[in-house]
Amino acid sequence: MLELDQIDTGYGRAQVLRGFSLRVEPGEILCLFGRNGAGKTTVMKAIMGLLPLWSGEVTVDGTPTGRLPAHKVPLQGVGYVPQGRRLFSELTVAQNIEIGLRARGSGPEVEEEVLALFPRLRERYRQRAETLSGGEQQMLATARALCLRPKVLLLDEPTEGLQPSMIEAIRQVITAMRDRGVAVLLVEQRVDAVLTVADRVAFIENGRNGEVMSAQALRTDHAIVERYIGV
Amino acid sequence: MELGPYLVLATLEGAVMAAVLALTACGLSLVFGVMRVVNVAHGEFFMLGAVFAWWIASHIGGAPAWGFVAALILAPLIVGAIAAAADMTVLRRIDYDPERTIVATIGLLYILQQATLMTYGPDARPVEAPFNTRIAIPWVEWTEAGWALYWPWGVATTSYKMFVIAAAVAVLAGLWGLMTRTRIGLLMRATQLDRDMALAFGIPVERVYALVFGLGAGLAALAAVLIVPIQQAHYLMGHDPLLLSFIVVIIGGLGSLPGTILAAILIGLTDSLVSVFFSPTLAKILATLLVALVLVFRPQGLFGSRAS
Repeated sequence: MLELDQIDTGYGRAQVLRGFSLRVEPGEILCLFGRNGAGKTTVMKAIMGLLPLWSGEVTVDGTPTGRLPAHKVPLQGVGYVPQGRRLFSELTVAQNIEIGLRARGSGPEVEEEVLALFPRLRERYRQRAETLSGGEQQMLATARALCLRPKVLLLDEPTEGLQPSMIEAIRQVITAMRDRGVAVLLVEQRVDAVLTVADRVAFIENGRNGEVMSAQALRTDHAIVERYIGV
Repeated sequence: MELGPYLVLATLEGAVMAAVLALTACGLSLVFGVMRVVNVAHGEFFMLGAVFAWWIASHIGGAPAWGFVAALILAPLIVGAIAAAADMTVLRRIDYDPERTIVATIGLLYILQQATLMTYGPDARPVEAPFNTRIAIPWVEWTEAGWALYWPWGVATTSYKMFVIAAAVAVLAGLWGLMTRTRIGLLMRATQLDRDMALAFGIPVERVYALVFGLGAGLAALAAVLIVPIQQAHYLMGHDPLLLSFIVVIIGGLGSLPGTILAAILIGLTDSLVSVFFSPTLAKILATLLVALVLVFRPQGLFGSRAS
């Protein structure tokens, strides 16, 4: 379970998140929704310890992680698929996966499991990450995060710029993780993508909490989408 | 004067310079590549390597070879440990901010230099080479009986200089293996490619930085131990290696080890050939001109990648 309790953070002196709180239960997909610059990616970075918390606390499965050194956060079982994939571009598929496996001491059985989810990566195993297509890169970014055997999975716009078949493949993996009891926090811009996978939706506006509702309720309430992201 | 034998001699001398320069510059390039730190104190780590080599060699009795071997092992380790300590106590505290690390390493340069002057003194001191057999360089000449070998007078090198070249090649091959074939090398490369993602995948980046800073300084110290039987240890001897290392890494591409090695060979051979046949001053002018041309026409260096 992932819990953010009244966190404040930002870049330098510029505050972005203001008392932001969130709770994602195991086996749940919560989608964070908001305009560009609302603070969605900042929430992800704050959870990963890549931005220092000014106040508040982040808890992963009951363990406070908000004050841990950044490299110790993934050891608590937090997998991160960042916006833009941010693979280790000059390393091979195998080496990117090895870095994911190493983080929590996962064995070869985890690698087999992950490659079974993304068979295309097995074909590209010795290829440098920068030579993969956009969809394959997204698969690798997701596979790398899954190698941590995450209890909490953070995905920042995982379908950005992908063709429909790839979006479907990523969607299936996300729901498979939910079914295994992983708490999934998903940042998405596309309403249709959210409605097909999310259990709940939380809105963020200017770094503050907006409404939280079920995906079912969002389907019937178009006004709220317009209010928060203007579509 | 027949040109051929002197060309061979100048090339061999250039190869010795290139070998030492490649080791020193690879240390600088590694630190910049992984940490994005321009280490202005790099030449002082070179100097410390030479000074510790003298200190270790002069405190170990027996044959000169024992002292030299001990220096070859211990001096890079000691200097590497000093550099790692400097990383943890200074660079980490300023969060590896590019501008502030330049100022901090300038400060480190003066601290190391003045501390050496206060303890070791202003004298230049030699370390005896473990072996130094003269090797005459043969050349061929046309005689009435056909082509024949002869040994031109004064054209010779030493077995120790050949050892310096071989040792540098072995160390550079080891460094290449470390970076490409080992797990710690993989972590260093991942940190170099994306620091935040390295953290997000549990890589202790600060420990990697301390290791890299120590390794970079250790390489400079190793180069100094190799050269100190040829040039004496002196507290101001770090300036030239620092300047030449910067020239080499700018030409080769900051952070690129293959580029650094190639540029070191280019600069080492050019410097030696121009110095022998024209003048050492002209050699330095040409090296500086080459840097200027690279900065104008290919700012990322010969092998560096353009910043995005």
